[in-house]
Parts: sequence; C-alpha cells; structure tokens
Amino acid sequence: MISEELTFLLQKLVPALNEGVLMSIKLIVPSAVLGLALGVVVGSLRAYGGRFFSPLANGYAALFRGTPLVIQLFILYFGLPNIGIYFKPYTAAVLGFIMCSAAYHSEYIRGGLLSIRRGQVLAAQALGFSTFRTLVWIIIPQAFRRALPGCGNEIVYLIKYSSLAYVVTCFELTGQAKIVASETFRFSEVFMVVGVYYLALVTVASWGLRRLEKRLEIPGFGH
Amino acid sequence: MKTNDKTPLMRVQGLSVRLGGREILKSVSLDLYEGEMKVLIGPSGGGKSTLLQCMNYLILSDRGEIELEDRHVDPHNARELCGFRQQVGMIFQDFNLFDHLTAVDNVSIALRKVRGMGKTEARDRAMAELSRVGLSDKARLYPAELSGGQKQRVSIARALAMDPKVMLLDEPTSALDPELVSEVLTVIRSLAQNGMTMVMATHQMGFTRALADEVLFMQEGCIIEQGSPKELLAEGSGTRTLDFCSQILEVEGCTP
Amino acid sequence: MNETLTVLLDALPFVLQGAAVTVTAVVGAMFLGLFIGVPLAVGQVYGGRAVRFVCDTYVWFFRGVPILVLLFLFYFGLFNFIGLNLNAVAAATIVLGMTSGAYQSQIFRGSILSLPKGQLKAARALGMSDALAIRAIILPQALRLSIPGWSNEYSIILKDSALAFVLGASEIMARTHFVASRTYQHLPLYVSAAVLYFLLTWAGVAALRVLEKRVRIKGYVH
Repeated sequence: MISEELTFLLQKLVPALNEGVLMSIKLIVPSAVLGLALGVVVGSLRAYGGRFFSPLANGYAALFRGTPLVIQLFILYFGLPNIGIYFKPYTAAVLGFIMCSAAYHSEYIRGGLLSIRRGQVLAAQALGFSTFRTLVWIIIPQAFRRALPGCGNEIVYLIKYSSLAYVVTCFELTGQAKIVASETFRFSEVFMVVGVYYLALVTVASWGLRRLEKRLEIPGFGH
Repeated sequence: MKTNDKTPLMRVQGLSVRLGGREILKSVSLDLYEGEMKVLIGPSGGGKSTLLQCMNYLILSDRGEIELEDRHVDPHNARELCGFRQQVGMIFQDFNLFDHLTAVDNVSIALRKVRGMGKTEARDRAMAELSRVGLSDKARLYPAELSGGQKQRVSIARALAMDPKVMLLDEPTSALDPELVSEVLTVIRSLAQNGMTMVMATHQMGFTRALADEVLFMQEGCIIEQGSPKELLAEGSGTRTLDFCSQILEVEGCTP
Repeated sequence: MNETLTVLLDALPFVLQGAAVTVTAVVGAMFLGLFIGVPLAVGQVYGGRAVRFVCDTYVWFFRGVPILVLLFLFYFGLFNFIGLNLNAVAAATIVLGMTSGAYQSQIFRGSILSLPKGQLKAARALGMSDALAIRAIILPQALRLSIPGWSNEYSIILKDSALAFVLGASEIMARTHFVASRTYQHLPLYVSAAVLYFLLTWAGVAALRVLEKRVRIKGYVH
C-alpha cells in the first residue's frame, strides 16, 4: 500500500510535475520581465503622460485591473480567432500575463513616481542637474524603492496566476497535475503535492524579493 | 504630610525593571498615604513614566511589591489584575482617548463593559463626570474634534468615573500647547483639594510648589531626593531638584 | 453584425442569471473571509507562540497556493475525502472564502498595528481584560480602517470567482463559455462578460465607499 503510493509519487506524479514546473517557469520569467517593463512605461505615462497619454494609460490600467485575467486569456485565445488572429496557447498565455501584470505594476510605479516630493526635483535643478540626470539620479532611485514592495508582490501573484495558462490548454504545473489526477482519480494527493510546488516557488521568490528590499533599504526612507 | 501616622494607602517596595538589558528602575520604593499628592520630577528617561506604569501593572516589574490597602495582587491572575486597575486611575501624556467613541462614550464604556452598569445609568454618570471637568457641552464630540486640553479633561473624567482610590498622572500637560495647560491644571487642582490621592509626573513648578505634599526627584531609575517642595526647592538649598528645576525654568523663560 | 447582436441579446438573461450566482458567491466568500480573517489577525497580533504559528501557517498556505489549485484540491479532493458533498457553487464559495480569510487577516492585522499603542494601554488601565479591550476598543477602530482594503479584496474575489467555472459552477464565466461554444461568437461574448465584471467591480467599490462614509467618525484621520 505504502510502496504503491510511493511508486505512484516517484514514477508518475513527480516526473509529470517537474515537466510542468519547467513550463511554468518558461511562462513566468518572460512575463515577469516584460510585464514589469511595460508596467514602467504605462506607470510613467500615467504619472507624466500629459493630457493625451495619461488618460489613455489610466484607461488601460483600469480595464485590465477591472476584469478577470481568465477572461483576458479567453479573449486572446478563443476570441481573437473570430477576427482572424490566432495565437498558440503559450503565446496567448504569456501575452495575457504581460498585459495584465503591466497594469498592476503601473499602479505601483505611478505611486512611486508621484510620491517624490517636489522639493527633490527643485533641489536637483538648483544644483544644475538636467531633466534627464534628475530622472536617472534622483527620481528613479527613489521611485524604484517605493514601488519595489508592490511590484515584488505582483511577481509573486504572477507565479500563482500562471496556473491559469491551463485554461487555454498550455499545460504547465497545474495542467499536468490535472491530467495525472483525472487519470488516477487521486485528486487530494496530486493537488496537495502541486500545492507544495507552488508554495516552494512563492516562498523562494518572496524571500529573494525581501532580501533585495533589505539590500536597497535606506534608513528613514519611505515612511 | 497630612496623615503620616496611618498605614499607607498604596505601598511600593523595591520595584526593579529591566528592559532590553537596561535597568530602567532600580529598587524604587514609596509609600502613598490617603489624600496625599506626590510629584515626580526628573530628566526624561529617568524612570518616572515606567514607575507610574508599573504602579498600574501596565509594565510588569521584574522584582518588587505593590500593595493597595495592604492587599497584594497577582498580576498573572486576570481577574485580580483588572480589579486592581479599576481602583487605580491612569492619565497619559498623550491622552489615549478611544478614537472611535464620543467623549461621553469614552467615559461610559468602562462603566458599562467593565462594571456592567446599565446604559442610561452609565451615561448619567459619565455626564456627571464630564460636567465635573467642565465639558458637559462637548459630550457628543469625537476626540478628533476636541482640543488637547479638552481631550485630557475627558481622559480625567474617564478615570474618575471608575471611582479610583489613587490617580496616577504621567505628565498630563506635556503634550499641550501652553495656553491649554491651565485648564487641565485647574481640574487636577480641584481633585487635590477634594482629597484625591495622586502621584503625578510633571514639570509644572508653580503647581508643584503650591500643591505637592512631597516631591520625588528621579534620575537613572532611582529616587535620589525626596522631601517637601519647601525643603527641596528652597533658595540656596543646593539640591539636585533645585538645580534641575532652575534649568527647566530658564528654558521655559519664566521665574520660579 | 446583426447576427452577433441577436446572439448577445439572446444570451443576456442567461448570463445575468450567472451574475446573480457570481454575486452570491462573492458576498458569501467576503463574509466567510471576514469570520476567518478577524480571529486570524487577532491571533497573529496578540496570540502566544503556538497560536501565532497556527495563524501564520494558515495564511502562508492560502496565500501561496493558486486559487485554481485550491479549487481542484478541495472540490475534487478534500471535500469528498471528509464526506462533504457540495455543489460547485458552494464549494467555490467556501474555497474563495478560506483564501480571502488569509488575505483579509493581513488587512486587519495592518489596521490593528496602525492603531496607537496607547489605545490598548488606556483600556487596560480602566480595568478591561484584553479580550474586552480587543472587542470594544481595538476591533471597532481596526474594522473601520479596513474598509478601503476590503473594497480591494472585493474586486479580487470577484475576479477570482471567474475561475469557479472549472468546477462547472454556473456563474458568468461558465455560462458565457457555454453560449460561445454553441454560437462561435467568442469575441463579442467574452468582451461583454468583461464589461459585466467591470460593472460589478465598480458597483461593489461604490457600495463600500458609501459604507465607509456611513461609519466614518468625525475628524478621525489616520
């Protein structure tokens, strides 16, 4: 009985899940990097985009934050073929993740940028900093620290929401688990183990992000 | 001293407190007699606030005894602890009014929830206490709508409503703008004149001279001088107390 | 174009019934999350070592595992295992509620910790037991401060509830999917569903803003 459990675990479940986790990472890493990059663009436009770009960027953020990610994925994968645009499951998932997490990132980026007191910019200008240098040496270092906890959280969320790739038939960790579970009817065991996989991913990522925050911490800044 | 021959109402013996490896109180003792007003004076960080909070078990001392009317309290027994605290009123420097309750509810909540008083009875009592501190017209206002002096008067009313045998006042006027100090001192003065037993940490020298029965000068966790204000604050007495007081008076720019 | 409009109009009542299911599940999950979250937060802030460990572990688990995995785990696995036979909507509500409990506890915990320390001290000084002080002094203030976080939580649960379709719960998403797979009008149908979610988010947030104004205390700023 016990050995049967063990064989199932070692020979069937773990290899399948390892394959899945590889796929998950292939989804998460580009989505996180490109999502953050797009988020910086959208967030900057929201803060400084002027009369034309900031409402546009605000609309983008409201739209993607106000609707479920699963619908966004469905629109990309099942909806767009209606007008002749076809994506592979993987592409649809990554695109969806990038666009959605960019909307969330933009919220923190915008907050970080707007939290910088006017005096900081004035002081830099008084010292003869150009606009570009003010941006690079004064604004970004401060805004980045302010935005980091929020953006870090967002990346942790992305790890969990990468499980949604399963609904557009991109078989990552959750998808592989569902296949094994449906074949063997061992839902409790399979999804417990999957839970442990995600917990490990999320815990490691949060730990790394916290260390990064600590590294960049400045006494008295941000409170 | 008013009643030196009787047994003390509250007796503090050998109180020691260590926090974070530092000795905040070093074996402090004092006897508090009924109707007496003791004033704690001394530099900040000298242990005044810790001593007062220990006397209400808000901070647990590592060693030492506190007795109220010859009765000892086990601070780990919740019932005894709460009973003790009801008899010892506490006034904080920063008021600590309950921010979600109106002035009258601040005064009545402990009457209802701790004493189990009925709603109307508690409200009547609370209104009586508020009028005693001159705030019956502010009863329905929330703490954020009151001035600092009014807040402190509400907090005095809140403590008085529990019929405490002793009141502990931790620099009740330090957080107030100068023009609001006197309204609070007036309330405390009338308490003293009505025979309330009190221990008060303060830097109000005129008030201390006029009303204190005994002055305790605290520094580095010890009471290093004690005596009547006359003795300690006499011109040319050469006490640390006098020295310290003339320093504050200099800073505050008024004469003793 | 005309055909699309016909499909949308025909689907509308069917999908709106799904909206009722969605809202029921979300409101249920919010309240379940409240009942789980408040004790968790109190335990995390005031509990002893063992209590804190239990609360922290609960929060760690439900915040670390994706909703999709939790839905599968509980609906197909654990609920059956303990002999609980729930329909998909009830199961999804409970799973969303348990997860939300973990997140809500973090909101409440933050609110409790943001209150000045003197509040608890003053309550103790009046002779209140800690339990009474938490109930009568700390929580009424902390819960008020939590309403903005709560409206955020509402919009998250609402969006997460769309995942309940994987269990076959007959909410907005499942019904839209059902119509789409019969009519092949995927794009307009999913866009309409997105609009519906958008409106529900907006309505809920507006309702909570009214609540926040209602229970506001004059001059109380934090």
